[in-house]
Amino acid sequence: MGSRVIAGKEVQLTENGFLVDPQDWTREMALEIAKEEGIEIMTEAHWGIIDFCRQEGLEAGKAPSLRAIVNGTGVSMKALFELFPKSPDKKVALISGLRMAARCI
Amino acid sequence: MKQLLILGAGTAGTTVANRLRKMLDSQAWGITIVDQDARHYYQPGFLFLPFGLYSQRDVMRPKTRFIPGGVELVLAQIEAIQPEQNRVRLVDGRSLSYDFLVIATGCRNDPEATPGMLEQEWRKSIFDFYTYEGAQALGEHLRTWDGGRLVVNIVDYPIKCPVAPLEFLMLSDWFFQKKGMRERVEITFVTPLEGAFNQPISSRYLGGILERKGVKVVPEFMVEHVDPDAKKLVAYDESEVAFDLLVTVPLNRGDAAINRSGLGDELDYVPVDMQTFQHPKHANIFVLGDAAALPTSKAGSVAHYATDCFSENFVRHLRGQSMQSRFDGHGTCFIESGFGKALMIDFNYEVEPLPGYYPLPGIGPFALLKESRLNHWGKLIFKDLYWSYLVKGHDLGVPPLMSMTGKRRETSEA
Repeated sequence: MGSRVIAGKEVQLTENGFLVDPQDWTREMALEIAKEEGIEIMTEAHWGIIDFCRQEGLEAGKAPSLRAIVNGTGVSMKALFELFPKSPDKKVALISGLRMAARCI
Repeated sequence: MKQLLILGAGTAGTTVANRLRKMLDSQAWGITIVDQDARHYYQPGFLFLPFGLYSQRDVMRPKTRFIPGGVELVLAQIEAIQPEQNRVRLVDGRSLSYDFLVIATGCRNDPEATPGMLEQEWRKSIFDFYTYEGAQALGEHLRTWDGGRLVVNIVDYPIKCPVAPLEFLMLSDWFFQKKGMRERVEITFVTPLEGAFNQPISSRYLGGILERKGVKVVPEFMVEHVDPDAKKLVAYDESEVAFDLLVTVPLNRGDAAINRSGLGDELDYVPVDMQTFQHPKHANIFVLGDAAALPTSKAGSVAHYATDCFSENFVRHLRGQSMQSRFDGHGTCFIESGFGKALMIDFNYEVEPLPGYYPLPGIGPFALLKESRLNHWGKLIFKDLYWSYLVKGHDLGVPPLMSMTGKRRETSEA
């Protein structure tokens, strides 16, 4: 746990780098985190996914699973890997200011 | 007479049937349990089948032995739940009415969800070990396999018993060493996650354990399809991993009847209250065990602790009292690490696995997040406890909610 300034705003982060409070999130912050994750330009397609995650996940504070994103947005799994390369589940959670589903170990 | 209907006679369903039969007046309550399979499996034992450590009699017994008198067992496939009518339709055309319903239909492997998996190489060079048939077929294959590239792969999470693939890898290292052919086997773990350990403290304590056993880890690899002819896994980002022997954990999902009933999430698990197991829309439906969409592991220990909490609560609920016991997502798991040793973890919704001792501070006898011979013996003895006590609903004397006693708190959170 620690704090950091992202897009001019000081926020608390978990050890894994997720926002402690998803209400701290702003769109400017999303742009900056996306850049750190190697996504230089957030296109309309990127925002479509992030908006869906905010809408579905804000209440629980957790990003929906990739399968739930595919079902909810109609964007294919392959396209998700193109938009958010390597680990789209982690990247969409980070960029949308939400956490990932807990892992056992 | 009121009717309690339980769907699924696995660990959760059988345990809760035994518990509630003792707690509910048999003049006032009828209990019926439905399952399509006449055999009860000790599922943690599937891990030992491929290595010849367990055989059929360790892991399979007739279900009738564990269903108590006063509970009717219906062997049939479930077509759909009709919550508005308080009724369950069976595939054979029968209908069962209920006043209260417990869904304990578990989760299943879905190899069909991955193109190429269930084709000509299935159970020839591509195996699963989360089913009795798969684990036995793999054991048969390993007996004469002369080595090559062994790839262990997880298609996607969540999966039943998330530690079993790690155990399989570590037991493989031991098994091939014992057979004197370790140098002819290349063991690779292919996972969609960032690594084998994804909780900060587990990864601090156990990170590197697979590498020390000569297991190569390929992270962030999400399988799109299997090419059975070229014998390779192909990921969504088009990277590839070749194998001679693939041991896969296919996509896990809830029962097909949950999907047909429109009660499931994207993987056919039923969303429920994480503390009481009550369905958010249908107050007379509860969901226990792997069938529930809960942010904890799908594991027998979780089902066992959940059943303890639920049974007390359910009786209170029937008396018109509020449900008091608040389940915390508690689970306790042994992790077999080969050469007669094992690790242990104890966790809940909020607390990730921590180091220390379980259940007594400084004494244990079980060491947390650490290899020990006692942990291994605990794992072996647990099988007999399961068959003789746990599924029969007897109290094991283990508190259902997690305790911090014996654990060392370290600075971290998920």
